Amino acid sequence: MSANNCCCCGGVDSRDQKLQEIIEKYKNTEGALVPVLHEAQEVYGYLPLEVQKKIAEGLNVPLAEVYGVVTFYTQFSLNPKGKYKIQVCMGTACYVKGSGAILEKFKEKLGLDVGGCTSDGKFSLEACRCIGACGLAPVITINDDVYGRLVPDDIEGILEKYKE
Amino acid sequence: MQMVNITIDNCKVQVPANYTVLEAARQANIDIPTLCFLKDINEVGACRMCVVEIKGARSLQAACVYPVAEGLEIYTQTPAVREARKVTLELILSNHEKKCLTCVRSENCELQKLAKDLNIKDIRFEGEMSDLPVDDFSPSIVRDPNKCVLCRRCVSMCKSIQSVGAIDVTERGFRTTVSTAFNKPLNEVPCVNCGQCINVCPVGALREKEDIDKVWDALANPELHVLVQTAPAVRVALGEEFGMPIGSRVTGKMVSALSRLGFDKVFDTDTAADLTIMEEGTELINRIKNGGKLPLITSCSPGWIKFCEHNYPEFLDNLSSCKSPHEMFGAVLKSYYAQKNGIDPSKVFVVSIMPCTAKKFEAQRPELSSTGYADVDVVLTTRELARMIKEAGIDFNALPEKQFDDPMGEASGAGVIFGATGGVMEAAIRTVSEVLSGKSADNIEYNDVRGLEGIKEATIEVGGLTLKAAVAHGLGNAKKLLDKIKAGDADYHFIEIMACPGGCVNGGGQPIQPSQIRSWTDLRSERAKAIYEEDKAMPIRKSHENPKIKMLYDEYFGEPGGHKAHELLHTHYTKRENYPEE
Repeated sequence: MSANNCCCCGGVDSRDQKLQEIIEKYKNTEGALVPVLHEAQEVYGYLPLEVQKKIAEGLNVPLAEVYGVVTFYTQFSLNPKGKYKIQVCMGTACYVKGSGAILEKFKEKLGLDVGGCTSDGKFSLEACRCIGACGLAPVITINDDVYGRLVPDDIEGILEKYKE
Repeated sequence: MQMVNITIDNCKVQVPANYTVLEAARQANIDIPTLCFLKDINEVGACRMCVVEIKGARSLQAACVYPVAEGLEIYTQTPAVREARKVTLELILSNHEKKCLTCVRSENCELQKLAKDLNIKDIRFEGEMSDLPVDDFSPSIVRDPNKCVLCRRCVSMCKSIQSVGAIDVTERGFRTTVSTAFNKPLNEVPCVNCGQCINVCPVGALREKEDIDKVWDALANPELHVLVQTAPAVRVALGEEFGMPIGSRVTGKMVSALSRLGFDKVFDTDTAADLTIMEEGTELINRIKNGGKLPLITSCSPGWIKFCEHNYPEFLDNLSSCKSPHEMFGAVLKSYYAQKNGIDPSKVFVVSIMPCTAKKFEAQRPELSSTGYADVDVVLTTRELARMIKEAGIDFNALPEKQFDDPMGEASGAGVIFGATGGVMEAAIRTVSEVLSGKSADNIEYNDVRGLEGIKEATIEVGGLTLKAAVAHGLGNAKKLLDKIKAGDADYHFIEIMACPGGCVNGGGQPIQPSQIRSWTDLRSERAKAIYEEDKAMPIRKSHENPKIKMLYDEYFGEPGGHKAHELLHTHYTKRENYPEE
């Protein structure tokens, strides 16, 4: 896996330098792993092996622990994300209200599995934990846009908005 | 100690104020079942097997983490408690791979015992089953995540006690797995093969890579001259596999059993430990006298060596160039011994019985083949030897005592104590002090380097020289010691490091004792006691006085540290990347 194929933010060197700055900033703070992962993901768009290795070495935390934290939170991604990040809430309320069918519809329309990204880099698809909008269940987010009370037939129209 | 008065199941007891409910119940002879709990290593209240009712508490509480307090009323056997434990256990069992008949831990499995103790007759829940790949790429350790109950004892051992951190808890919910970074196989991560994870696993999710069949094949091959050697720690633990108390010495029965299994000769790795002391002692004296790299650090523990290669490459020149004793022995058997007995070295097959899983990896190191053949062909753990003995139908407890075979079976007490933390240091001092002073010492027991303190220090006056020594056991302690030296806060001449807490007696290949025993009995000190008894009973207690060692140097090696010794008994080390680029 390589960190070099991300298209979203500047050259490799400047990203690596930013990562070093983030690590330096948090180096002596206890419990700094999660904020460092957050900021690193903002820089790279995702958290590949090379980035996690640098964080592990920089914070003096075993790589296995870093990987454990990254895989625990759905917010962190091991794969490049699309320009538009689709998150389908699978929290209890959304699940009961049929978010499973919503997710299936996205998979079908985009030809993706959960965690995947379309080959043009436009859409990535994820299932996430409760986002705290249970009143709108079933709910999804696309970047910062929230869509609630959905039925599978809504999906096509929503995707159209982002295809330009 | 401040005491508090509590009531457990209507019995009044007085217990120390810092006790947990579990400890208090134990004092009152009330058994509370546990699964994830392992004293001092994993006290997290995660599995909920130890729940109890506490008067006034809102819900059932985990006894292993609930602190006692004055007037506490505890009930360990109410219907609600029994029901909760049973349902929890049934849920754990619902997605457990229940291949008990063929599991290496059958009859020594904490989960199996719980199911029996809690009288589980039927598992009502048909859970989804994991079907994860078994990781058997490491030459030392096999991981079977389908048997894992996620107790986290192995993670705690690897990360907190050993400071290795090769494994951790990954993913979440049903997908939660104990795994490595990016699910790499164990041979591609900085695992040092110490096997401490195996010793704390309650089930069969972690086990050694079994090499028994290679040994059966060799024993059945009439063309091979099959030799076996046993490390000192094996003889004080093997008995546990046959129901004997912890700390039983079974040296004579062990030798008998090995003879019956069909080995051509049964030798004692302690003889090679004596040889190690001659070589390493000479190395120490030379480094001190000639301004060589100090501190000199012992190299007997292959878990420690790999840890150093991964994490402290700046100390590689400090490592003694001596091979570990069993590797030295292998080289001697395939050179001197083969020559003397007119046997083609390619037909000499050397098996090492070790308390250690890291020795399996060590035996595969390409640099450890000075005769052109691997110094050691197969390493078996203490547990594997027990399995062979059982498979062969040998009644171990009824075996007569037998002596190790000549000519390589004679050893000193110094060789024996290699099995406990501080032993290599003590053995070296016994010899170095006499070589330097030219006089025979009266007191040869050095208590400063014995015992279970994490890092032990000693200053010894030997022949006009003040020798500063330190001993660390468990890699977490080794790390602390090395960081201190790196920071310039210590100036030792000689350091002994053993990867496993307590040294080889508590090695990753030793008999597994369940939490119910291990939490309350210190295996390390009980087995070490037996090691020191064995030393005391030896007629010769200093390596340089072992006549077989004198014979070896007279007939073959010339002098310690000489040319031939360097060729056959010494090695070198390599820096290793923690996660090599693909």
